[in-house]
Amino acid sequence: MTSTPMPTMLPLPVRTTAPRRRRFNAKAWAPYLFVSPFFILFTAFALFPLLFSGYVSLFKWDGINDMEWEGLGNYLWTLDLDGLKWDALFHPAFWEDLYSRDFWRSLYNTLWIGVVGGVPQHLVAIPLAFFIHTHLRRLRNPVLALYFLPFITNTVAIALVFQALFSTQFGVVNTILTGIGSFDIAGFHPLGWLFPQTRIDWANPDKTRWIVSFVVWWRYVGWNTVLYIAALQTIPKDIYEAAKVDGATTWQQFWYITIPLLRPMMFFAVTLTMIGSLQMFEESYILTGGTGGVGRVAETSAMFMLKIGMTDGDFGTASAVAWLLFMFIALLTWLNNRLMKPKD
Amino acid sequence: MKKLPLVTLSLLAAAMGSTALAQQKTLTVASFPSFDEAVKVAIPLYKKIHPEVDIKLVSLGYGDHHNAMVTALATGAGLPDVMAVEVGFIGKFAESGAVEDLSKPPYNALDYQDKIVKYTFAQATSNGGVLAAMPADIGPGTLLIRQDILDKAGVTNAQLIQSWDSYIQAGKTIKEKTGAYLVPHANSVSDVYIRSNIKDGEGIFFDKSNKPLLTTPRFEKAFEYAKAVRVAGLDAKILPWTNEWSEGFKRGSFVTEMRGAWMLGQLSSWLAPETKGKWRASALPNGAYASWGGSFYAIPKKIADDKKKMAWDFITFMTTNKEMQIAAFNGLDAFPALIDAANDAFVDKPVDFFGGQKARQLWRTAAAKIPAIDVNKLDPIADEIMNAELAKVLDENKDIKTALADAQRQVERRARK
Repeated sequence: MTSTPMPTMLPLPVRTTAPRRRRFNAKAWAPYLFVSPFFILFTAFALFPLLFSGYVSLFKWDGINDMEWEGLGNYLWTLDLDGLKWDALFHPAFWEDLYSRDFWRSLYNTLWIGVVGGVPQHLVAIPLAFFIHTHLRRLRNPVLALYFLPFITNTVAIALVFQALFSTQFGVVNTILTGIGSFDIAGFHPLGWLFPQTRIDWANPDKTRWIVSFVVWWRYVGWNTVLYIAALQTIPKDIYEAAKVDGATTWQQFWYITIPLLRPMMFFAVTLTMIGSLQMFEESYILTGGTGGVGRVAETSAMFMLKIGMTDGDFGTASAVAWLLFMFIALLTWLNNRLMKPKD
Repeated sequence: MKKLPLVTLSLLAAAMGSTALAQQKTLTVASFPSFDEAVKVAIPLYKKIHPEVDIKLVSLGYGDHHNAMVTALATGAGLPDVMAVEVGFIGKFAESGAVEDLSKPPYNALDYQDKIVKYTFAQATSNGGVLAAMPADIGPGTLLIRQDILDKAGVTNAQLIQSWDSYIQAGKTIKEKTGAYLVPHANSVSDVYIRSNIKDGEGIFFDKSNKPLLTTPRFEKAFEYAKAVRVAGLDAKILPWTNEWSEGFKRGSFVTEMRGAWMLGQLSSWLAPETKGKWRASALPNGAYASWGGSFYAIPKKIADDKKKMAWDFITFMTTNKEMQIAAFNGLDAFPALIDAANDAFVDKPVDFFGGQKARQLWRTAAAKIPAIDVNKLDPIADEIMNAELAKVLDENKDIKTALADAQRQVERRARK
């Protein structure tokens, strides 16, 4: 810090002769008045619900009747660890048992969709951003806008469109696939070995998570591309020029210059993806009609929380789920910090 | 500040004063579409009897309305004077203790018991005997049939509804001859099955002592029939209230569906208005009687006594006044809960959408035979868990007995909370 005196906003006593009674100094309080709307709104709609949910999580409460003290009962009920065979930790049966328990299954689904829908976002967005940055001139912004479009489109609209596309009976995807598969020359189906002749049941539990992940990927690729392009623009051109002089190929430039210098942005973007993935809700909820699909394979933690709170009317347990989820997100963010954060 | 109570008092005195001074009073009614149509119809009619009362209708979407009511009951803030409750939520409201017990004075709603379709009172009564709400409309279960496709397949209506086996057999013939599916989803069949053959006083999912009934033969049979429909390839695997469902109705992709009588209103207004005349209503297969949905009115505890009195007057008008019930019916196409209204000549009117069939007579008969099923506040949870297990049976070939045992365990685990 420098030694220049900072202009202060605090109501400091300026008079040397202390008055008996402190007079109300409107000027000194005005700044607080002006910043108060934020704090009032924050307290009412963020801080209070946050603290209140922590409080409620220790009670049994259906939202109408009086609260009943539960202690950690809601947390234990959610974690549902009774009867797990800890000694068989490395046996598949243990994990199958864990998967059959609602909270853990929803967490697994969330992570699954997060990884399968999230990792490819970056694997595609980084090369894509590099390509757009280096090869496109006048088309750069329109192309970028196209990639960005899914991100600013309403999630519900997106999910509904995909639902219509992947409709088993009436969907365009099935119509095209079976159309090609049933393409007929003199009684033979030359493409039948590659394409189906009967409609694919997209609601099948084997496919649900893939479809949700695909929609998530499709939606956020553009967002990440924009982030990476912004970062690419900050990399000085002369580094590339120097590399070129030294005879580096485009591939080498990408691998040895772009990737290392993108690291800070990668850290930021991956953190955003991670938080977004753990809060995954709309895509899965609407694509599966709120059920999570057959066997609830695409029921995410957020959906599970909503179900406990709204369908079951158990706000205490729903709050406990929220706090468990928060602890989990905090843990993952910390891990991400340790692994990826650029060292100064 | 100190003057305020005095002012309020004098205002109150004025309000309670002679009718000559006729202070206008407001009654707030909270409802949801399309049930709120009944209130819209009622406003001018009620005004004739009670010119001093202004009805203020607050209408939210089905889910939002019930969530808002739960919040209002919990906090006591933003309470309406009259709240509409759909049958799915009535268990929760009844157990909550936050609404007036209408069986007690000054309401004595049980005096109307003989005038209203009998099973509705059981629905609105909690385990502790609290009557939480007054029944306004009902949804007797009906089988909707695409008659033109059925005729093309050469299947008679009698074959379709004689028994569950004949229903499935008919479905096979229909699929073979026309390519149309029998039902949108196999769970339509199990949904009817578990709701039929219940004795008066029993619940769908729970018995009197709150023990889940999912491992009983009723559920086993229901799952078996649903599975048989799936194995024979007779369902389109389309869940209700999806886009595919409404598309299927428009295209005639399935020949039957089982829902409440209110489906007439849904089909003719938005699901498939262009298929007018092609549909018929029928009794459910195997002589089953079941109820789908139904709406009620309740009074919150935390409102002023004079408001409660007004609210009750309005509710009795909505639920026990024959003209009002018929008027609501015309605006809404639901089925009246008041027996007098259901016996009126309008029930004998032919229904254009069903090609002139007098379908409402059928529903009146059904309404009289529906058993009085006990509701439980955990019904929606049990329903959700059961459907998740049924999906595993249908899509992943899970053994029925194992699935039901799993469902039973999950419901028990949830119920212990």
